[in-house]
Amino acid sequence: MFSYTPLIVLFPLLGFLFLGLFGSRVKNEKLLGIIGSGSVGLSFLLAASLFATMLGLHPEERKHVVELFMWISAFTGSSSSFSVPVAYQIDQLSVLMTLIVTGVGFLIHVYSIGYMHGDPGYWRFFAYLNLFIFAMLNLVLADNFLLMFLGWEGVGLCSYLLIGFWHDRKFETGGYKPGTAMTGDAAKKAFVVNRIGDFGFLLAMFLIFVHFGSLNFDSVFARAAALSEGNNAMLWIGLLLFLGATGKSAQIPLFVWLPDAMAGPTPVSALIHAATMVTAGVYMVARCSVLYALAPEALQVMAVVGALTALMAATIGLVQNDIKKVLAYSTVSQLGYMFLAMGVAAFSAGIFHVLTHAFFKALLFLGSGAVIHAMHGEQDIQKMGSLKHHMPTTYKTFLIGAIAIAGIPPFAGFFSKDEILWKAFSSEHGSVVLWAIGVIGAALTAFYMFRLVSLTFEGEKRYGADVHPHEAPKTMTIPLIVLAFLSIVGGFLGVPESLFGGNALEHWLEPIFAPAYDKLRMSSHPVEITEYLLMVLSVGVAAAGIYAARAIYLRRTDIAERWKTKFATAYKVLLNKYYVDEVYDAAIVTPTVKVSEGFLWKGIDVVVIDGIVDGSARLIATVAQGIRRVQTGIAQQYATVFVGGIFLILMWLILK
Amino acid sequence: MDLQSYLLLSATLFIIGVVGVIARRNAIIVFMSIELMLNSVNLSLVAFSAFLGDVTGQMLVFFAMTVAAAEAAVGLAIIIALFRNKQTINLEDINILKW
Repeated sequence: MFSYTPLIVLFPLLGFLFLGLFGSRVKNEKLLGIIGSGSVGLSFLLAASLFATMLGLHPEERKHVVELFMWISAFTGSSSSFSVPVAYQIDQLSVLMTLIVTGVGFLIHVYSIGYMHGDPGYWRFFAYLNLFIFAMLNLVLADNFLLMFLGWEGVGLCSYLLIGFWHDRKFETGGYKPGTAMTGDAAKKAFVVNRIGDFGFLLAMFLIFVHFGSLNFDSVFARAAALSEGNNAMLWIGLLLFLGATGKSAQIPLFVWLPDAMAGPTPVSALIHAATMVTAGVYMVARCSVLYALAPEALQVMAVVGALTALMAATIGLVQNDIKKVLAYSTVSQLGYMFLAMGVAAFSAGIFHVLTHAFFKALLFLGSGAVIHAMHGEQDIQKMGSLKHHMPTTYKTFLIGAIAIAGIPPFAGFFSKDEILWKAFSSEHGSVVLWAIGVIGAALTAFYMFRLVSLTFEGEKRYGADVHPHEAPKTMTIPLIVLAFLSIVGGFLGVPESLFGGNALEHWLEPIFAPAYDKLRMSSHPVEITEYLLMVLSVGVAAAGIYAARAIYLRRTDIAERWKTKFATAYKVLLNKYYVDEVYDAAIVTPTVKVSEGFLWKGIDVVVIDGIVDGSARLIATVAQGIRRVQTGIAQQYATVFVGGIFLILMWLILK
Repeated sequence: MDLQSYLLLSATLFIIGVVGVIARRNAIIVFMSIELMLNSVNLSLVAFSAFLGDVTGQMLVFFAMTVAAAEAAVGLAIIIALFRNKQTINLEDINILKW
């Protein structure tokens, strides 16, 4: 059964190849949509059956590795041999990620059939989406760092291709250099910022190879588990891997690409920038939990960065007026929560939040896509309102997603977010400060989400008479309904002991994280009263946030206007995203471009290198010009040279 | 008469011939100078043959004279062809094969 694992990765690849090579010739949109969605659907079915098989096995027997072929093999036989096979590892963590990627991916593919209807690049869209799923599956199923990195880079490439899908469109970056950006610029920004993170990942891989002699997960983690304590190298590995994660998963300081990535079509935002690609960093940290157990300082850095990112992005999301930008900053914020969880060594809580976040964030994005579709491209929530009468299904599912992300029980977000907050408070690697930041962030999350719901769907209509919003077609609403259902029940996978649940997810993932917990010497806590108090508190602040948002934006809109003038500078700073883009541009981008253009290009490339090449050619030409005058054509002069030469030779022979 | 005088005469004639080849403009004069060079070598060969009592030198002279005659014929034919094309046999004017 497990030997069929590579097929999971193969189906989307075949879909990409077919759509890429022949898609432009197929005129039937339905066929393209079926091939695109079908390949991912097949992968999901296969993954689900593997999961079902694994359920029946004993925990120790659940892991399998299937090798396809040898990719790179160098220096065999010596002590520094380097061999990297293309091999896939199915275990509790990777099968979970695979189900998320293929399951949510399949729903988004089906949604795209309706959303991208009529687009001239329809076939290209599905080809790129399939390529993305292929790369992402390589990432989560890889059994070594290099294959994971291949997937890592592959999803970055697909992100670039899909963000810039409508390459001839202008794109509003929000205050920064208004009116000048194209979607291609947003795509380039995403790719370049990701590259900075990938640099960290590469350096970490080099260090891992030097210290452990292999890039294979099993070998590296086994040797790491044998170490009794970490050293400087482990700390660097942890920090550099995290740098890679900040790039891919949009944390401080490399989060700036994600809001601009909203230039791409909404299904792209849902799939790549909410449910799957951005969680690759979290998955990577979970996979390398043993390495992080040897570097607790790296975990602390991670927790702090995650908490700060969660708070900062939430504050920015409070004032944004583009429906997708609010969701983008919400994603950055929720990813911050996931890294906060990893940083306090609550690895399964972080993965739990990946799962629930995939459900409700994809739901929210797809819902916003339906709204944008209905409003003929309008994305400004100040020009919406009262849409719930025209799009009831979209409204209800969006509302469910908003309640879930706010963390109201029994919806999914409550269980995962609460587990993170509790672990941040109670774990030996957590602190009250981190917990407090998390709670404030949760309050803000509830507030900005319901601000979004109120301004978009409720209240009075603020759009003109020429706009006629309508409900989305079935191919779009059915995925919304499925995701809404998952957002309601998804949380029950991880009901904690304090609420008399078995926390199935944590037990499922236990063997993966056991070596790390062992090394960190973490003990399991009995249930205490404090946990219930904190639970009530977090639900309370979420409810307060919801109430405040509805009160301000539905009844007392004058309060919002008053605050805008009263806290004008703060409002301006938040609206301009703390001017991070401007700072980066002034401090890093502009100097780099100036040095590249002025010095490296015009100085070195034109003057020095072209000078050397052209100059040596000119030198030879000039010398040749001079020398050729020897050939005068007058035979007597040649004879003179003869005689001269003979004379010299005679002299030399005589005088020798 | 000793050998040295003959050799000196031969060298002198050779040098006069070389100077003639290098410094004269008229092609026929250049050929005359080439003949002079060849004859000076013949003189040197005969002198050695007489003084060493070996007849090999005189045999070489026969060969040299034959070649000189053939070469003079060919050279004069070239000059005539040259004159027909360029209307001149001034060697300074014949310089097409140049840079």
